Amino acid sequence: MSAKSIEIMVCMGTGGIAAGGDLVMDAFYSQLKAAGLEANVQKGCSAHKVGCRGLCAKDVLVDVIVDDNKATYEYIKEDMVERLIEEHIKGGKPVEEWLVKEDYHNFHDKQVKVVLADCGNIDPESIDAYIGVEGYKAQEKVFKNLAPTETIEIIKESGLRGRGGAGFPTGFKWELCFKNESDQKYIICNADEGDPGAFMDRSVIEGNPHSVIEGMAIGAFSFGASIGYVYIRAEYPLAVERLYLALDQARQKNFLGKNILGTGFDFDIKVKLGAGAFVCGEETALIASIEGERGMPRAKPPFPVNSGLWGKPTVINNVETLANIPAIIRNGAEWFASYGTEKSKGTKVFALTGKVKNSGLIEIPMGTTLRTIIFDIGGGIENDKKFKAVQTGGPSGGCITEDMLDLNVDFESLAKVGSIVGSGGMIVLDEDNCMVDVAKYFLQFTQSESCGKCVPCRIGTKRLLEILEKITIGEGTAEDLVRLEKLAKDVQSASLCGLGMTAPNPVLSTLKYFRDEYEAHLEGRCPAKACRQLLTYTIDAEACTGCGACKRACPTGAITGEKKKPHALDQELCVKCGACFDTCKFNSVGRE
Amino acid sequence: MASLATIFGSGAMTNSIRGIKHMEVIFIIGSNTKESHPVIANQMIKAHSKGAKIIIADPRKVPLVRFADQHLRLKPGTDVALINAMAHVIVKEGLHNSEFMEDRTQGFEAWKSSLDEFTPEFAEKLTGVPAADIAQAARAYAGSSKAGIFYTMGITQHTHGVDNVSCLANLALLTGNIGREYTGINPLRGQNNVQGACDVGGLPNVYPGYQKVGDPNMRRKFETAWDCVLSEKPGLTATEMMEKASGGRIKSMYILGENPVLSDPNMKHTIDALKNLDFLVVQDIFMTETAALADVVLPATSFAEKFGTFTNTERRVQLVRRALTPPGHAKPDLTIIQEMSGRMGLPMDYASAEDVFNEIASVWPAIEGINYKRLEKKGLQWPCPTRDHPGTEYLFKDGFPVGKAAFTAVEFKPPAEITDDEYPFILTTGRNLFQYHTGSMTRRVPEIEAVAGKAYIEIHEMDAKKLGLKDGDTVNVASRRGNIDIRAMITDRVNPGVVFVPMHYAEAAANMLTNNALDPVCKTPELKVCAVRIVT
Amino acid sequence: MVKLTINGKEVQVPKDTTVLVAARSAGITIPTLCYHPRLKPNGGCRLCVVEVKNIPRLVSSCTTPVSEGMEVQTETARLKEVRATIMKLLLSDHPVECINCRATDDCALHELTMFLEVHENEFTGERRKYDTRDGNPFIERNMEKCILCGRCVSVCEEVQGVGAIDFAYRGFKSKVCPPFEKDLDCEFCGQCVQVCPTGALLGKMWDRGLRLGQEKKAVDTVCTYCGTGCNITLNVQGQNITKVTASERHWNEGWLCVKGRFGYSFVTSPERLTEPLIRKGKELVEVSWEEALDYTAERLKATKEKHGEDTIAGLASARCTNEENYLFQKFMRGAVGTNNVDHCARL
Repeated sequence: MSAKSIEIMVCMGTGGIAAGGDLVMDAFYSQLKAAGLEANVQKGCSAHKVGCRGLCAKDVLVDVIVDDNKATYEYIKEDMVERLIEEHIKGGKPVEEWLVKEDYHNFHDKQVKVVLADCGNIDPESIDAYIGVEGYKAQEKVFKNLAPTETIEIIKESGLRGRGGAGFPTGFKWELCFKNESDQKYIICNADEGDPGAFMDRSVIEGNPHSVIEGMAIGAFSFGASIGYVYIRAEYPLAVERLYLALDQARQKNFLGKNILGTGFDFDIKVKLGAGAFVCGEETALIASIEGERGMPRAKPPFPVNSGLWGKPTVINNVETLANIPAIIRNGAEWFASYGTEKSKGTKVFALTGKVKNSGLIEIPMGTTLRTIIFDIGGGIENDKKFKAVQTGGPSGGCITEDMLDLNVDFESLAKVGSIVGSGGMIVLDEDNCMVDVAKYFLQFTQSESCGKCVPCRIGTKRLLEILEKITIGEGTAEDLVRLEKLAKDVQSASLCGLGMTAPNPVLSTLKYFRDEYEAHLEGRCPAKACRQLLTYTIDAEACTGCGACKRACPTGAITGEKKKPHALDQELCVKCGACFDTCKFNSVGRE
Repeated sequence: MASLATIFGSGAMTNSIRGIKHMEVIFIIGSNTKESHPVIANQMIKAHSKGAKIIIADPRKVPLVRFADQHLRLKPGTDVALINAMAHVIVKEGLHNSEFMEDRTQGFEAWKSSLDEFTPEFAEKLTGVPAADIAQAARAYAGSSKAGIFYTMGITQHTHGVDNVSCLANLALLTGNIGREYTGINPLRGQNNVQGACDVGGLPNVYPGYQKVGDPNMRRKFETAWDCVLSEKPGLTATEMMEKASGGRIKSMYILGENPVLSDPNMKHTIDALKNLDFLVVQDIFMTETAALADVVLPATSFAEKFGTFTNTERRVQLVRRALTPPGHAKPDLTIIQEMSGRMGLPMDYASAEDVFNEIASVWPAIEGINYKRLEKKGLQWPCPTRDHPGTEYLFKDGFPVGKAAFTAVEFKPPAEITDDEYPFILTTGRNLFQYHTGSMTRRVPEIEAVAGKAYIEIHEMDAKKLGLKDGDTVNVASRRGNIDIRAMITDRVNPGVVFVPMHYAEAAANMLTNNALDPVCKTPELKVCAVRIVT
Repeated sequence: MVKLTINGKEVQVPKDTTVLVAARSAGITIPTLCYHPRLKPNGGCRLCVVEVKNIPRLVSSCTTPVSEGMEVQTETARLKEVRATIMKLLLSDHPVECINCRATDDCALHELTMFLEVHENEFTGERRKYDTRDGNPFIERNMEKCILCGRCVSVCEEVQGVGAIDFAYRGFKSKVCPPFEKDLDCEFCGQCVQVCPTGALLGKMWDRGLRLGQEKKAVDTVCTYCGTGCNITLNVQGQNITKVTASERHWNEGWLCVKGRFGYSFVTSPERLTEPLIRKGKELVEVSWEEALDYTAERLKATKEKHGEDTIAGLASARCTNEENYLFQKFMRGAVGTNNVDHCARL
């Protein structure tokens, strides 16, 4: 045993824990102890949890660092720990077959991590770990060496824009708040991440909560807020727990509380749990929710920065936006602005999901092409199917087609093609995805999440959804398409808040780029074979072996036939559930 | 009213309802505004939403407490101690408005010493309100120049009701919160036209317009106006009438649209008094508990069937318009009175209510500027002496009619009846939201009966526990004057030791229990405090 | 003061004025549905959207404050189209069986449909179905007719301070209801009924005893209950009060309490006294007016002669008019000859 230091890092984000990270962690703890390693290693031996590093599909990911040599393992279960300790730690020989493969490196190599830099690197439950990576240095600098206007100037120069969706320049927002005179101002961190499939904010708070706290404190100091709120979904129990822990630690070290760092400035942060309403991610609805009202948006203007929480000037920033702040202060505006494009600076975190091989959380410089994201970082399409489109921006976003794969991902470029950066959802679709169905899916979501306040959103999205439903069961008409487009545009322009204004985007962008798919549905065809009501199932008598599997799977008794003889399907009884198709091992059930 | 009239020279709500929403401090004492004057409470809620402080002094947790910054939960009948202690704090801390006092008040130095004993600590012992809360309320009230006082029968229906009002007047004089917008002393009148009935001379000691019966000049004025001879002897108050009827010295009574059997204290005493009359005539729209005792019942008209004016609590004279014809052979009260007067030797011949109004305006200078034509557009607040006068939003802008208003020293006196071993609970009475006064109208509205058709006694959980009571149990409540069976409602609206019965229900009438002890000056009975026992 | 132009017309209004109010002050009509002048603007119906130069999206004029130099358009083709769509959407989820609705003559939805000339509706689809069961005796809540303008919720909270109702559920299923969808249990002031622009909220006792062919009228008068003196309007048909309403023009701004708004049926109660009565033996029996008046005068005169005028006392009434009270005290003082006249001011 010659190792001088041993460090084990186990991914313990929500994804990691779901894959058994806590069990792996326990196994390391107990077995390292049992092996007496702790006492024998000169510089120390530690096993600790780290936040998500993005590639959740390969959890549990474990780093074993022996004397600064790091090896990363994938798919680790607790019963594999023993061998890791024996062979790698004691024996000095990494377990080759468990190490991460090339795709893990491909996934990471083209990323640039600013916000996620320390996620997956430090123990999120330890403020010392954060301080160990320069944490709270920025806050000290701002509180002790910079005038509020200087801080705001740095943020303005950095070109940082809101990561929550709209991309409003952060420094400018802070300046507006700074200029508003009031006896009370607030800063709110919007951690009400509601887009289906998005988990950027959750990962940041789980993986590096102090970076958000530090960002909030810097903001509060620069425009004069004494109270901050983190509005976070109650469905994020781990993030909430780590946030509370981090807040306590920050208070103990006087990064929060009274007379912070001896400057005479008081600032503290309260946590407000959201109850799962998507619309509460909209800033005015979020404010209403904190005030104890039903989360319903209010018309703007007045903007929160003028009249926000309890009618006071309020800055609302997204988690990712705030997590960028300490790095900008530490490294300077120029450093930050060196990433990205002319109008979209820095990096952006995306949740890359859908039909892509490496799904997970990624951070890329603004301006990276979709092709790089999907085919290099994401490793291409699952099962090597044909790429069809990528949907960005969640339910408020739009679809982007293959011919636009070389588009640079930034605020302007995506807006130009009818989509948005949004909070960073990115769903890859392949040839099996029906675009009408995709639009319907998102509209179902926005309709059921509409707060009900304004007519276009409450009833308009319902009518849009009904038209889409009609189309997907083959009952749509050419007039329906006209009606769909017209209503979508009216809902877009007449709705009260961002939810309603953007809800028609999935419809409008699919109509724009995949009109032929809509038209096919009008003729009773679903080219992607996803809309079951439009399919006809048949049994190929030649190929059928008469095994009876489809007969057993059919819920309506539509399939008949004797054993070992070709079966037959009664179209009258068929409900097009597809169970026979999925069951047949001999490809003798046809679908058209 | 008597007290306000003595101190300022005029007795009415000094300020206006519409001004309430602009007030910064609203001090409500002895008024369950949200239930008795709901639309005025709306104004207070509006003020609250604009940041006004609401301070409520009330033994009960009345609904408006939800909007109050402070609820001073005093023991019934200890208002003098509370208000004097507030004055004590204001004087002691120098929060009084010296400039105002110099200009418009007198007798401060003499009065000041009367406050000496009323330290907040002393008041705490009497009222049960923590001394610090009293001081805080005093500071809030004195700290604003837009502070209004509101009260109703919770202040006046005591044997020391006049004292209570005097104390409130002292507070206003001390801080200058009177004679300006958004301030004042504002008694909220409980009935649609109680202000008007007083204004037009429905009082034993004054002619219309508060012109004194005892003043020979006034008597001559009205003798001339009415072309008749008038008695120089001031008359009896309603409560005294009952007293005298019971003693046989009042022989006949003519009761117009009132129901004293239910509204007067000590119901048994009232019934005995009315039965003791030789002759009773009641003019009403329903067979009330009082009408049932009458020798003659005259069917009259409801507000929906006549023209005329009502004057609301803020002195606003407003037109009442006829929408329906009277049912059956019921006649307008104006017709009945004229017919009767003719038969009694004073012929009256008015073509319309407007005619009558014009006569009132001719004998009462404060409304000389008001006529129906102006009222067609909107109500006008008196004083309105000339045709081009816009009416008066708040009184005493240019000084008090009496000149300099005097501070009144007031001693603390306990209520006429205090609890003892035999009658250990304090009973206080009042209204609820749904029913109105003696219920002659509301109890005939099925919808109201559906939600508030049953009498109840509010009793605190601790007392209920001691008595072994469950919510909804029937109890017998007895005072020295009578007893009723009534359903118990267990609630924290009352404090332990205090119970509350609404006045509306004939079948379990609060006034079977109440004390007919009177205020020595204005003869208001002590309906708000008496001693009772509860038997399960 | 802030200067702006609306439809090219220069308008000057105090700062903090909304575009809607500014437009109305200039005589420009902008259709609204959820807006109510006494309530905080809500901005939900979106009918009042306008175009403002340099703001790319449409803004609701009821919520947008004016600013110096603002250029507002209220009547563009685009706005007309959007407003029509909004109306059609509302109507697509509203039982348009107006012939069966008690609010047809007092329905903003109906009025706007006419005003915006929305005659055909290409948007059809699912309609919300709710039963109207609510056991409270005062307020009928027909939630299928509710357009979720939120006025009732606002008035209950802002004006009445009660908060008995709020929005529940989300999306198309959103509805206004009491907590846990229980029966309404509140102060029943009916402020919500007053501000409801459709037939969703009605007085349960309204329109009782409607008859054919009788004249309808609305009579402004004063409430007969407490001393607040709220202005009310008695809506009558023939000899029936069909409902009580209150106008926003009056000092009480249209607000009433449960008694004033819903407690009117006593007026036409069958228990009303309709004949003069004289006690004969133990019973009170019906007599003619002549007899009753003669008899009363006789008895009063007899008392006066036998015992003196001061043995007679009269109670005027806090319930009666000024004129009646005046005449009564004049009668007591002048005809009877005593100052023994009082009323229940102290009770």
